[in-house]
Amino acid sequence: MTWSDSVFLLPEIILSIGACLLLIAPVIGRGGRGRAAKWSMIVLLAITGLSILACSWWVPRIDQTPGFAAMFALDAFSIFFKLLFVVVIAMVTLLSDDFLRESRYSAWEYYSLLAFALCGMMFMASGVHLISIYIGLELMSLSSYILAGYFKNEQKSTEAAMKYFVLGAVSSGILLYGISLIYGVCGSLNLLDMDKAMSTLITNDALMVGIMMLGAGLCFKVAAAPFHVWTPDVYEGAPTPVTAFLSTASKAAAFAIFARIFYVGLHHFSLDWSNVLAAVAALSMIIGNLAAITQDNIKRLLAYSSISHAGYALLGIIALSTTGIRGILVYTLVYVFANLGIWATVLMMRRHEYAGEQVDDFDGLHRRAPLWAFAMVVFLLSLGGIPPTAGFIGKYFLFAAAIQAGFGWLAIIAVLMSAVSIFYYFRIVVAMYLREGKEAELATSGALKFVAAVCLVVTIVLGVIPSPLIDQVEISSRGVASRAELAPNARR
Amino acid sequence: MGILNIVTYIPLVGAIVILFFLRREQSKAIRYAATAVAAIDFLASLVLWFNFDARATGDAMWQFRETYNWIPALGVKYDFGIDGISLLLILLTTLMGVISIVSSFSAITYREKEYYVLLLLLQTGMIGTFCALDFFLFYVFWEVMLVPMYFIIGIWGGPRRLYAAIKFFLYTLTGSVLMLLAILALYFYNDGGIPFLNIKGLGNPATFSVLQYHNIGHLIPPGLQFWVFIGFFLGFAIKVPMFPFHTWLPDAHVEAPTAGSVILAAVLLKMGTYGFVRFSLPILPDATKQLLIPIVVLSLIGIIYGALVSLVQKDMKKLVAYSSVSHLGFVMLGMFALNPMGLKGSVLQMVNHGISTGALFLLVGIIYERRHTRMIVEYGGLAKQMPTYATLFLIAALSSMGLPALNGFIGEFTILLGAANSTQIGTMIPAVLAAIGIVLGAAYLLWLYQRVFWGPLDNPANRSLLDVSRRELITVLPLIALMVWIGIAPKIFFDVIEQPVNYIVQKVDPQYFAKQPMTYPAPQHPEVAEAR
Repeated sequence: MTWSDSVFLLPEIILSIGACLLLIAPVIGRGGRGRAAKWSMIVLLAITGLSILACSWWVPRIDQTPGFAAMFALDAFSIFFKLLFVVVIAMVTLLSDDFLRESRYSAWEYYSLLAFALCGMMFMASGVHLISIYIGLELMSLSSYILAGYFKNEQKSTEAAMKYFVLGAVSSGILLYGISLIYGVCGSLNLLDMDKAMSTLITNDALMVGIMMLGAGLCFKVAAAPFHVWTPDVYEGAPTPVTAFLSTASKAAAFAIFARIFYVGLHHFSLDWSNVLAAVAALSMIIGNLAAITQDNIKRLLAYSSISHAGYALLGIIALSTTGIRGILVYTLVYVFANLGIWATVLMMRRHEYAGEQVDDFDGLHRRAPLWAFAMVVFLLSLGGIPPTAGFIGKYFLFAAAIQAGFGWLAIIAVLMSAVSIFYYFRIVVAMYLREGKEAELATSGALKFVAAVCLVVTIVLGVIPSPLIDQVEISSRGVASRAELAPNARR
Repeated sequence: MGILNIVTYIPLVGAIVILFFLRREQSKAIRYAATAVAAIDFLASLVLWFNFDARATGDAMWQFRETYNWIPALGVKYDFGIDGISLLLILLTTLMGVISIVSSFSAITYREKEYYVLLLLLQTGMIGTFCALDFFLFYVFWEVMLVPMYFIIGIWGGPRRLYAAIKFFLYTLTGSVLMLLAILALYFYNDGGIPFLNIKGLGNPATFSVLQYHNIGHLIPPGLQFWVFIGFFLGFAIKVPMFPFHTWLPDAHVEAPTAGSVILAAVLLKMGTYGFVRFSLPILPDATKQLLIPIVVLSLIGIIYGALVSLVQKDMKKLVAYSSVSHLGFVMLGMFALNPMGLKGSVLQMVNHGISTGALFLLVGIIYERRHTRMIVEYGGLAKQMPTYATLFLIAALSSMGLPALNGFIGEFTILLGAANSTQIGTMIPAVLAAIGIVLGAAYLLWLYQRVFWGPLDNPANRSLLDVSRRELITVLPLIALMVWIGIAPKIFFDVIEQPVNYIVQKVDPQYFAKQPMTYPAPQHPEVAEAR
């Protein structure tokens, strides 16, 4: 470890110290009441964000050797995701504020857990060694298990946490077993060394089993079918802001490592795994979209929709091309913002802790809150991939990647399923615009409005002027994409 | 910012102004503002007409061109430009925009502000689609149209509006996403190639420019052309709608409010045929010829089937809706004759169908507003009670069935000539069958007319009906005038589309002009330009 290694870690160090401070703050300060917890969290996130930006200044100026015994990389790819995570966690913080103050649970611990989860996600984004990735993943997962059960007196919340924990632990075990098999074959867990080792290997069973188990574990984390069964229950049971966190930040982080592992570490065997992943993607899109049609609870509906979105994003990994990796980055970003916007609107509808979750609750929203109803339409169109919203740009990249890589059939399934998705997204639109509803007041607050407005602006602006994002993504994905160009898929 | 952009975005700007500066209760102000916006837009589009150079060929054929970089990383450009075909359709759109807004004054009684805002947004989407010369841009406008139309049917429609609206949306969306895949396949062919079909790309810089694809069309291997054509075909055929994909149309038409039906029939259906003319034919010549017979057969089924189903309808609006299936079959038949005659007839018939069917929907809407029923049995003997209305209806019906001296005749006759002479089709049978369709068309329209307007005025509810009001007359008269104009002096319209049609034939069947150098391209008519 050298001095420059610690500089790499600056944001993570700041964040961990901050998270610990958040945890002990109520003990030392006799429990800050009111909004102190929220503002402390925001300040912490702001400092972390600034330190990431400072690090990003370093990126072009240092040689790209990973630090800490080749476990941790500070590259453009990780910077992109880290900044995204910080923004998302800041939004989740804003979404959580009212919710926490109405309930009687401590906000400090909640934010501290969020900060630890963020720290785990940042390690995931930077990990170039399966062990550091795994540790980051576990830090994020353990924090999310607790967050899902944070409303410990609510039966649903506890149940969700229990399910999530048991299934999550099993999947982590599978993932770890896969990692150990890969280590057995390759003799290293550093992604670049794995890559080097594999370039001389021919197909062997232990490696295949290892890759499959690793893939299965990751598919659980991104909620791809057939590893998706936990998703609807956990999304429904968890407190809504935590669901927002699970469906955006934690998914984005899982896709970051998914992409890095498969693009950098495993691309030599892409011919072996790409068809399996293609089946997983097809299954996720079909199951997710078809199951969502019949849901009346909006959290379950969005859970199934998020399963289908995992399927779309997998197209980018299967494609194993520069278009594919860009697609993952663009899609993650636009998906996250559309989803956060939807959660902000859902939270505006709440009455008590679990109300405001049925599709019917949106009846006649266009009269009660024209702007937010409009915003909701934009978010739903973005998820459905209809231009001129940002979602179209994301889907464009993924479909293009699939076609380019020779998965025409998968692209056809993907586009047909995205037409199906419009059917259930529009159930909400129908409720908002085509039915008349109660004249109940909305539970809007400044924070919710702020989040929804930011998401609305991002979703529309990136849809109309996507160039800056695409240019940025091109830079951010260059390091990871350069590995993919060596892959058999690209040579084929 | 050139005139083309101005024409495209006037309605959008107007919609935003109405949205933010008028309150929900000011319904009169909203109506007049919307009318003013549409009227200004129509006047602006007339500027296009008067400055259009119908004789320009080559690159100059694409006029009022505006090109800006949009997404350089993907080779996406903001590329606007029109030829004669787009010009006619844009004029049709802006005219129908005014008419549909004026015709809604009394029909729409609730949520008026949203209604007019959506109509104006729809108009921007439609004009943009006709202007776009970049596939990406085209796709964006194409999809942008869907959402306002969905709301127009879904909020202000009839009893089964929710079903009809989502059916419309899903059908069109399914077709258009498959079209997107076809566009992507073209894109990669031009650029780096598509490995899974073992197709080497051309290695050109990545672009979505339609004109670039027009130029490389003949290089695309037939296997790839076939699949790309299928993708385009599904996108456009659903929109047209061609025979097996037409089931959304009657639902959407019957449930939509009058103005929605008018726009749907007059403009939205033309998106499909426009797509064929602009993209499928010039870019995919081999696949076009390969799939010619199936498409001609589907068109003929559409013509006959649409007419037969129209015959048995009890609901006037449904009858007119099915007659669209029949008429659009003619458009497709003429187009796939792949000679200048058939294509010219096809393009002109697009405009004709917009005018005649638009007028019929308007007229059905007028009577529906008075009686709140469209059932034919409810009526009879209206000619005595509403003489002006009966006259207007008669002219529109005659135009729709193709009576000489009205516009429908010109279009259908040219199409039949083209189809009969077509070397690509190679047989007279389609033209003969289509002629039977014309006879059937006369049958269902005249029978409808007979049942509604003649006979005794025996339903007491009809005795107190008022004839058309001045406002209603204003909405129909321009269309009647156009019917007569095109019917008597179609030359100016044919001149405008002459060069684009030759261009398309040149792309899709390069041998055509080589074989018949004496006949086509037709001699130029300098006197036409001077007359303007």
